[in-house]
Amino acid sequence: MSSEHAASGHDHPRSNGQEAETHGHEHAHGHSHGHGDDHIHPAPSNFLFKYVFSTDHKIIGIQFLISGLIFFVIGGLLAMAVRWQLAWPWAPVPILSQALWSSPAHGYRMPPEFYNKLFTMHASVMIFFVIIPLLTGAFGNFLIPLMIGARDMAFPKLNMFSYWAMPFGMVAIIYSFLVEGGSPEAGWTSYPILSIARYATPGSLNGQTWWLVALLCVGISSLMGSINYITTIIMMRAPGMKMFRMPMTVWGLFITAILQAFALPVLTSALVMQLLDRTAGTNFFSPVGWTVANAPAVVGGGQTLLWQHLFWFYSHPAVYIMILPAMGFVSDVIATFSRKPVFGYKPMVFAIAGIAGLGFIVWGHHMFQSGMNPALGATFMLSTMMIALPSAVKVFNWLGTMWGGRLVMTSAMLNAIAFVAMFVIGGLSGIFMAATPVDMHIHDTYFIVGHIHYVLFGGATFGIFAAIYYWYPKMFGRLMSERWGKVHFFFSFIFFNGTFFLMHIVGMHGMPRRYAEFAMFPYLNNPSMHLMNVIMTYSAFGLGLAQIPFAINFFVSMFAGEKAGPNPWKANSLEWATDSPPPYYNFGTIPTVYHPAYEFSVPGMAEDYLPQTQPRPADAGPLDPVMA
Amino acid sequence: MRYWSVLFGLAALVCVGVFAYSPFHPDWWLPNLASDPNHTVSTFGREIDSLYVIILVITGVAFIGTQIALVWVTWKYLDRTDAQGRPVRPATYFHGSQRLEVIWTIVPASVLVFIALYQMGTWASIKFRSAAPKVRPLAQVTARQFQWVMTYPGPDGKLNTPDDLHMVNDLHFVKDKTALIYLKSSDVLHSFFLPQMRIKQDAVPGLSIPVWFDSDRAGTFDLACAELCGWGHYKMRGNVTVHENQAEFDDWMQKALEAQNVSQVASSGGSQGEVNPR
Repeated sequence: MSSEHAASGHDHPRSNGQEAETHGHEHAHGHSHGHGDDHIHPAPSNFLFKYVFSTDHKIIGIQFLISGLIFFVIGGLLAMAVRWQLAWPWAPVPILSQALWSSPAHGYRMPPEFYNKLFTMHASVMIFFVIIPLLTGAFGNFLIPLMIGARDMAFPKLNMFSYWAMPFGMVAIIYSFLVEGGSPEAGWTSYPILSIARYATPGSLNGQTWWLVALLCVGISSLMGSINYITTIIMMRAPGMKMFRMPMTVWGLFITAILQAFALPVLTSALVMQLLDRTAGTNFFSPVGWTVANAPAVVGGGQTLLWQHLFWFYSHPAVYIMILPAMGFVSDVIATFSRKPVFGYKPMVFAIAGIAGLGFIVWGHHMFQSGMNPALGATFMLSTMMIALPSAVKVFNWLGTMWGGRLVMTSAMLNAIAFVAMFVIGGLSGIFMAATPVDMHIHDTYFIVGHIHYVLFGGATFGIFAAIYYWYPKMFGRLMSERWGKVHFFFSFIFFNGTFFLMHIVGMHGMPRRYAEFAMFPYLNNPSMHLMNVIMTYSAFGLGLAQIPFAINFFVSMFAGEKAGPNPWKANSLEWATDSPPPYYNFGTIPTVYHPAYEFSVPGMAEDYLPQTQPRPADAGPLDPVMA
Repeated sequence: MRYWSVLFGLAALVCVGVFAYSPFHPDWWLPNLASDPNHTVSTFGREIDSLYVIILVITGVAFIGTQIALVWVTWKYLDRTDAQGRPVRPATYFHGSQRLEVIWTIVPASVLVFIALYQMGTWASIKFRSAAPKVRPLAQVTARQFQWVMTYPGPDGKLNTPDDLHMVNDLHFVKDKTALIYLKSSDVLHSFFLPQMRIKQDAVPGLSIPVWFDSDRAGTFDLACAELCGWGHYKMRGNVTVHENQAEFDDWMQKALEAQNVSQVASSGGSQGEVNPR
């Protein structure tokens, strides 16, 4: 039952032990799978159970993908309105002004509290309804069983529930726009007391409560998902699929799931505490006898900073939740299109694990200027500096992977290379903020807004694009148009940099984030600041328009794309060993795995790839035990 | 299709260009006094700026290095095919290099540890309470939606006595003398941000936090709120006036006290708004 046992090509590895016990007769067979008797339920024929309330991980993944992309549009439009206001403060906003502010009292001007709603909802939607569901929900679900050679997740029904917890959150977050006072205005960080005092700002009247409900739903969804991913990866790997033979994507998703499983309970309890503060009169976050806006004083006795600790204890690891899976995707895409093994596979795995481990002890760097003990800030500074190290190692390893390769510039590869290039900027700008004295100046300015977008758009979103171009043929059986993929990439890349790079400059000049207008301040009111903000806004619109070819490509290719065949990219990992799209239970025969997923261009072979299901040639020699 | 490496190269070049342009254009650089844009006025500001430049150089080298490597690999190792559509050159088969991994772990690690330790002293001197100057507090600053209420000790030199001077959005101190304030909030979170002096400290309900800073130039500066505090966050601006010498400051103080005593009614309403005693 040891993993060495599995390596020898025998087929009762630990990963299948449980299954083998439940189906005791399989023991006797010697070849446990592939006899067609490993208990496959027939695929549901009813539309409702096939495509809606499906327990099939592939359908659930695609459900997450589609709903994530829809919310990507909503979050993007919110960002456009933010940028409009910053470039041309108080100028009538197309459509919105006519629809909402045509009364004489408004005079077509966006009210400042509406601006606060816009950036709050932009960030909340993008983080909790787009990036996390796309990375873990869509690709986690779709890829994990396929890449480890399992027929489905360990808990298919729990998996279905993990998706169907989302719509409640989606309804709640959209509904918050409609309640009295409108959607929340306390930022995606929702710091008390602004978020708990009902009269502190209009969005805290009711909208904040719906925001909390929405996040609770999303959190429960993620928790169910992460338990499922961890169990599936530990228990259900195909024969021979040792941990150190798993593709980097699976490693990224596995470690992300661990992060979620340990960090989310803290956020969930913090959300419940804030919900109780708002609705049940508890005082977790309000000081003694506190009042805001002349409302009746509360009893108090709580601590405002407590929320920040609890929130960031989740939300800093959440930043890694939003980048580690993308790092995994990008490693696979780069290796495949460099036709070369990943440079330093094991160091890459340890780097991801290092980022995750350190990720739990750096949350205080969001609180350097918060009034937290500055001595504690010094320790968080040290841990934050050190987390740049595994990130740097990963970048060098990606460059090493391409070095000496045979680079095929597909749309997926271009997005993956852009990930590397842009993640470097996001990583390096992080060092400025890790340095506590420098952070003092740039904290809560546009510098941090630039930084987070280089990580979450330049990093995670280009990673998602790469993953979509790369695994689309596996999902839908057809290839996306490469020409339109490149058009999409070209304009996205240009306008992405146009939108976000200058944020470092305006941030360095001290422009605070979350300001509806900056011209009130003499030091900011100069032509260069206005010019840069206008450039950023035009670029943001360009970035939005650049997604139109992507959307068309995505939906048209489903019906009109070139047929992909099982392995269009000539890649090695297990998902390419089955049909595109894969059959209901993924594999006719559970494959046996002989080596890691990156045996490209093995010398002396006719083909430049070697699927994990085929043994390495005898004359290739043993694999490097430290690197591969 | 080597256009793509050109695209990546150009993007990196523009990024470097923007940062190369910025130090020579005050509106693109760290904010300073308009009349003296190349000089940072405060002691902490100068330390922070030099740290900023050190990190900018280190990260700049790292950025240029990785981008050159990236452009080079995408240019050099691009797949090319011959007339029969067969690759001209196979990819090299190797799994990594232990020596390289060790080098590119140890080198960045030592640079990062250097940055971490190098700045520790600056941080301690700016924020540690033990480093707070042993001077008479200049004022107590209480943030509220959406204004800064400054309470200066009156002639008796003590805060929270009847002779205190209450001002709204008006911070005064003396050139070359360290100003020590106590920062409070009377409603939600705010953040006391002096961009030209590179000072930032959140005002936390229930806490009184000492903040100290100085300026070696007289003049007027900005005080901004840097923590989201509601719909009027963007206009929560304070005026900072640095006086040439103590006499000028005392003179201002005297006049302000007289104005406050003459017309309590005017100071409790009108442009200064209501003063919350908390």
